[in-house]
Amino acid sequence: MNEKHLIELIDVSKAYGGDVALSHVDLYIKDGEFLTLLGPSGCGKTTMLRLIAGFIMPDEGRIEMDGADIANVPPYKRKINTVFQKYALFPHLNVFDNIAFGLKIRGVDKAEIKIKVEAMLELVNLKGYGGRYVEQLSGGQQQRVAIARALVNEPQVLLLDEPLGALDLKLRKEMQVELKNMQQRLGITFIYVTHDQEEALTMSDTIVVLKDGVIQQIGSPTDVYNEPKNPFVADFIGESNIIPGIMLQDYKVRLNGVVYECVDKGFGRNTEVDAVVRPEDIDIVPAEGARVSGRVVSVVFMGVHYEVDVDCGGYEWVIQTTDYVAKDALVGISIPPDAIHIMEKTQQTNLFDAVAYPEDGEVEFCGKRFACGGLEGFEAKDAVLAAVAPADVRLTAPQESELTGFVKACMFLGTHYQVSVTCDEEEWIAYSDDYMEPGEETGISVDADKISVSANEAE
Amino acid sequence: MKRSNAKKKPGTGAFRIKRSLFAGPYIVWMAIFILSPMLLILYYAFTSDGSFTLEYLRAALGWDYFRVLLDSVRFALYTTVLCLLLGYPVAYLLSRMKKSTAALLSVFFIVPMWMNFLLRTYAWKVLLGAFTNILYTESAVLLGMVYNFLPFMILPVYTTLIKLDESYIEAASDLGANATRTFLKVVLPLSMPGVVSGVTMVFIPSTTTFAISQLLGGGKTMLYGDLIYMKFITEQSWNAGSALSVILLVFVLLSMALMKKAERGASEEEGDRLW
Repeated sequence: MNEKHLIELIDVSKAYGGDVALSHVDLYIKDGEFLTLLGPSGCGKTTMLRLIAGFIMPDEGRIEMDGADIANVPPYKRKINTVFQKYALFPHLNVFDNIAFGLKIRGVDKAEIKIKVEAMLELVNLKGYGGRYVEQLSGGQQQRVAIARALVNEPQVLLLDEPLGALDLKLRKEMQVELKNMQQRLGITFIYVTHDQEEALTMSDTIVVLKDGVIQQIGSPTDVYNEPKNPFVADFIGESNIIPGIMLQDYKVRLNGVVYECVDKGFGRNTEVDAVVRPEDIDIVPAEGARVSGRVVSVVFMGVHYEVDVDCGGYEWVIQTTDYVAKDALVGISIPPDAIHIMEKTQQTNLFDAVAYPEDGEVEFCGKRFACGGLEGFEAKDAVLAAVAPADVRLTAPQESELTGFVKACMFLGTHYQVSVTCDEEEWIAYSDDYMEPGEETGISVDADKISVSANEAE
Repeated sequence: MKRSNAKKKPGTGAFRIKRSLFAGPYIVWMAIFILSPMLLILYYAFTSDGSFTLEYLRAALGWDYFRVLLDSVRFALYTTVLCLLLGYPVAYLLSRMKKSTAALLSVFFIVPMWMNFLLRTYAWKVLLGAFTNILYTESAVLLGMVYNFLPFMILPVYTTLIKLDESYIEAASDLGANATRTFLKVVLPLSMPGVVSGVTMVFIPSTTTFAISQLLGGGKTMLYGDLIYMKFITEQSWNAGSALSVILLVFVLLSMALMKKAERGASEEEGDRLW
């Protein structure tokens, strides 16, 4: 790997008929690196791959390769090859001709094609399979033919779209190692799309975490694992305890009422933060003399370790340990300073375009009128911005509220769940003490004094 | 579920109907209107006044009649090739369009099929007579045949193309093939099963057609169908007509077997041959 930026995405956006797939993405890909685009389905990772391959064009922004804009370069002229999600091997050609396809198109002479294809077959452990048809191969073999078909063209960049998704666990593990070895041996840049965080952590030089078309974090596997930038990354990559806290001063954080030493600084004094502690970094110690103790709520054997939940009054720590502890036992826990990773609190406010009705003391948004104070100084039907803090949104039973929506996502933040609710094309962020199933219907209500109204500058 | 329940309680199955029974009406229909006429044709072809003879069959294999068969095959080949040349691009364009647009456009191919083909052919006769001087020529016959059989080429090709996975096209493009080569090396070979069934559906009816050549060819173009028609209706010689029919039947069966073979080849070996 060298420091040269082979591919650069500059302020790239892409939408499909109004649905944003990628929003103002900036990313550079270094020559020879193994870069993974990681995120849940619908996060925009495949869109990014297809943009680089040239199958789709960005709505905004530029994609550069070797410093030149490649907007007008069709896919067949790009020195990029793709391993497709379902392989897309040609069913009318045998294995040899599938691999030889690109070479024949380029007019390479027959003898050379034969040498190159045979070498590729050997590289992917399919020697002697040249005469077989695609449907006669197993999933793993098809997958390797797809890799061979792409690599034989000696591309500068190889794009892989969830190539191991269809394989069983054992084969997937083997292929992960094989792919990584291949990439290192050939020195080709790999851009790898997956939703499997473990795959991303084992194979990549760089991981790009995406959510809703926005890059959440770019970093090495150890960076994104040990220093996640926000609760989403922490939650998505590996298991974690995410707990809100207060940064008292540099190197001191209070979590669930207990002050811990930590290694982070620069957050100011008494700042609200989120902290991440990985389950394997917490030690179980004898309860006597421990600063924090709690009761073991559950113990599950996971093969290599036990996963232990310890209720320390107000917060349930998830701990991974190789030593058995009994359920209901009283144990102490100890968290070393370097196990605590502090993240800036993601400030989230619900902001809505609203219309003011000062004479009635109401504002209208999400198709409903809310009683609201502080409307002095606004004219009737003025366009305003209504802001509601997530903590002030009360989620009720659907029949108890005039406004209802459907749960889109629910994420545990240590002491409570953060719930996003879709309602009349608007999205609400709210907090809940209980887990809510995505798709569940819920009522939404807000007290009059919790809505703050300001002039809508956009109008 | 219901069936297995019924098996467990045979007492309740007094009026139980076997599924195969539903095929009954059609089997009766086939026996009366398909099988028995065939047997009659065979009977007439090999007999004369009730006694066995090969005389009519020998006559039917004579050069004069055989030449008409060759002519029919020639016309059928022209028709098939023209339908393929006209129909494939249409099917291809339709398959690349938005589903709703394609559905709307395919109405234009399907609606004329709702009308009896004799009416359509009469319409051509009027049109060709009024606006051109090709009526009662081979060109007019060919035009009538292509017009009538074109939908049978477009539909099967369109159906195969629409099922073609977009990722094959993307893969070809990804591997360096421009639009033309992607078409020649991927789209065309993969659509061969549709082409073969389109060819079958055009070639066989074209070989056996008779009314079109009579109406638009004005009797100058004699096709095998016309010949059989003439033997049966004009000459009232059921034996001669049946003998010709048997020959045509054998020819059709042979060509269908050939197409079947080509179809199997299209899905397995086509790529190899095209490369």
